[in-house]
Amino acid sequence: MEANRSIFFEDYGVTTHDLEAYLAAALSRGGDYADIYFEHKINYSIVFEEQIVKTATKAVNVGVGIRVLSGEKTGYAYSEELDRVNILKAARTAALIASKSSSGGRIGIDAPAIREHNLYSIPLLSTDLGIQQKIALLQEANQSARAYDPRIHQVQASYIDETKHVLIVSSDGRCVWDIQPMVRLNVSCIAEENGKRQSGYQGGGGRRSLDIFREELDPKALACEAARQAILQLSAIDAPAGTMEVVLGNGWPGILLHEAIGHGLEADFNRKKTSAFSGLIGQKVASDLCTVIDDGTIPFRRGSLNIDDEGNPTKQTVLIEKGVLQCYLQDHLSSKLMNAPLTGNGRRQSYDHIPIPRMTNTFMMSGQSTPEDIIKSVKRGLYAVHFGGGQVDITSGKFVFSASEAYMIEDGRITSPVKGATLIGDGPTVLREVTMVGNDLKLDHGVGICGKEGQTVPVSVGLPTIKIREITVGGTER
Amino acid sequence: MIEQLKDAAEALVRRAALKGATAADVFIREEEKFSVTVRMGEVETLKESVSRGLRLRVFVGKRTATSQTSDLTPAIVEKLVDETIEMAHLTSEDESGGLPETTAGLDDVPNLELVDPGWDDFKPEQRIEWARRAEEASMKADSRITNSEGGSFEYERSRTVLANTRGFLGSYEGTGGSIVAMPIAQSAEGMQRDYWASVARFISELSSPEEVGRIAAQRAARRLGARKVPTCEVPVIFDPLTARTLVSHVLQVCAGDSVYRRSSFLVDRLGEKVAAPHVTIVDDARMKRGLGSSPFDDEGVATQMTPIIEKGILRNYLHSAYTARKLHSRPTGNGSRTGSGSVSVGPTNFYLIPGAHTPAEIIASVKSGLYVVELIGHGVNPVSGDYSRGVVGMWIENGKLTFPVQEITIAGNLRQMLNDFEMIGNDVVFMGPIASPTLKIRNMVISGE
Repeated sequence: MEANRSIFFEDYGVTTHDLEAYLAAALSRGGDYADIYFEHKINYSIVFEEQIVKTATKAVNVGVGIRVLSGEKTGYAYSEELDRVNILKAARTAALIASKSSSGGRIGIDAPAIREHNLYSIPLLSTDLGIQQKIALLQEANQSARAYDPRIHQVQASYIDETKHVLIVSSDGRCVWDIQPMVRLNVSCIAEENGKRQSGYQGGGGRRSLDIFREELDPKALACEAARQAILQLSAIDAPAGTMEVVLGNGWPGILLHEAIGHGLEADFNRKKTSAFSGLIGQKVASDLCTVIDDGTIPFRRGSLNIDDEGNPTKQTVLIEKGVLQCYLQDHLSSKLMNAPLTGNGRRQSYDHIPIPRMTNTFMMSGQSTPEDIIKSVKRGLYAVHFGGGQVDITSGKFVFSASEAYMIEDGRITSPVKGATLIGDGPTVLREVTMVGNDLKLDHGVGICGKEGQTVPVSVGLPTIKIREITVGGTER
Repeated sequence: MIEQLKDAAEALVRRAALKGATAADVFIREEEKFSVTVRMGEVETLKESVSRGLRLRVFVGKRTATSQTSDLTPAIVEKLVDETIEMAHLTSEDESGGLPETTAGLDDVPNLELVDPGWDDFKPEQRIEWARRAEEASMKADSRITNSEGGSFEYERSRTVLANTRGFLGSYEGTGGSIVAMPIAQSAEGMQRDYWASVARFISELSSPEEVGRIAAQRAARRLGARKVPTCEVPVIFDPLTARTLVSHVLQVCAGDSVYRRSSFLVDRLGEKVAAPHVTIVDDARMKRGLGSSPFDDEGVATQMTPIIEKGILRNYLHSAYTARKLHSRPTGNGSRTGSGSVSVGPTNFYLIPGAHTPAEIIASVKSGLYVVELIGHGVNPVSGDYSRGVVGMWIENGKLTFPVQEITIAGNLRQMLNDFEMIGNDVVFMGPIASPTLKIRNMVISGE
């Protein structure tokens, strides 16, 4: 990858002069700030199902989004054609949010800056590779899942990759770009036995190329894990109902942090005082054992970015330190209005969306306990190791996350697998109930998709094994 | 404008045939959108756009590949056609693949009233004003409403074009608008939010911004002081907004692609009793002014009214051309283009036919139970039917809504739940293509304290 060139200059002939003209048009009605987000995205996806390659898809999406800020107001317009006429039209539309007379000054753009990070420089982008090798990965996954157990009846394996070029310029003179790769492999299985049917799923990926599937994410291992979960569920008993002690396994159960506290700490909700966490900075919101971090700078991670979608470098941000709430996740607008430092969390789904504060990779630091000791300490409880997804009501603070693989713990031992059940709790208080934190922090395999206000962005989560003194488990067994 | 899109679609289909595709179709949708959010009386965001999406599907014999782009520049699209054909050569032969055998006749296209010409005179200033009025009404309706996520107004006009190598060339247009209010109520016990919306193709069918604001405020304020209840097993009533999620689960398990993948608890059940005897669920694409109505589906098949569950008996699955061939059935006009250009199965207007009871009668029938106003989480397993979700609601005592509840879950199995639809309301509300009236389920497990 060339670090000092962008596709928009090279292939689309965009010049610094053009960019200055677009910014001037965006501020022609006197807005306080304007930025322009160019995006060029290529995806390939392949679906392997019923033992055949069902379909292959290529997608090419190009567009430029123009935002104008005036106080707390945002004007936004975009164009899917990168010519001067259409971009200027979009800039003038976005400009209408402001109604002062033009300041009339010329906007200068700095020389392209050297990026602070280089977190996912890869020699060969997956979207430049032929689809045959991608099909081969799916074939491997399919064979492994079917070989795992004769009760596996259906296997669907899918592959998707992406190369996204972005160029961001702003009226405060910034001009930065990035090339953002992503790959992902998913396997889902259906197991059948005596008329009972259950499913299992596993996936993984990151900001890498196909080499990730030859190294830490073996398609065969992903497939066997999906098959194992489907088979396990065939013998699962009904989940319990009521409050109890819950142990969360390490890795993907970090979705707890994402739902319970992460969203509630996004600055837009706190600026508007609509979050259950509004006004809690400096206060104790978790037990002393909990230190929670959002870190957009972990190399090759799904939630990582060299620059956020407003052109600011991503950061490592301590959200909770030894139980005390430290700060919110900021984007440009909230940071300005709250007079708080930027954290590099301004993100958007694509050129047709307005950037808002979002998480990157969110995790809890390891503690002292061994996972074995944590399990041993539970008399009767639930051990949840795999989750389907979660959701939170920012304002009331209530959140859920749905276990898809869980076991009963009885007298310090893991016993029967139980069916999927939703766990429900209260964000500002649940982490106060964390009574043990394991020494085994792990990040997830790279499958997180976070939705907010109709926009999805890739994220990661991580967690060591932890014990929560009491949380409500939504099963049926009383 | 739509003629240009038709010309483009036809040209691409011809190019695909010329370049070796044995069959192909091109789907183009253009959307003009306007959206505004007003918060605390001031415009917060204003967004305007015109976007286009082109989706191409090619067949080379029994092999297929698809593509999608927002860039309609001829050079880019032509290159994409060629690459898609190359990709198709690398996929597998699939006996069930291919364009539909029969597409909609274009001579007698039904007038489904999808376009309200009145929108042309409904200017941006008015749209902003309606968003402002919706928020203002919500803030004024109750003194406990102290904050707001805003009032919003959205307008969209879409143009859809489909062409295929068998000579099908169809198009239709649609308009739609929505008003939403999202107030926040506050008391010593904390904050609560809720929303209400009105969505319609015709301006005259939208509720007034004042009504939307007032209902939203009432919904948010009644949640204040919500608490947990002990774990128990009681009757559960779903309001129309939450009942429609149950109907959406039925859609998911009756979609042909879930059925052939056997990822549905309703596989192999056609003709059998799967729900209580008064349950009838239909997919009706021909509903006049319906939010999900269209004359033909995304691969050109004529749309229709399809009974899914009739008086408790499972009558039909929904099909695209592909799933119909896989399951030896006929397409039902439910082919739906995914973002990637491939065709899956989707709803038109999919809803539970209303019953005779007023919502008040249904609530009055419960001695002690739960009235659900919001469901959160993803705890629904379409393969096994296992169901467990987080709930916000009102507790019912002696036939009356008493205090609000939260941080509890309801759980059961959809197979049983469908048979336990005990009472069905007369108050179906469409805020999208999937809808339901108020619904009472005989018994579910509530997990709380």
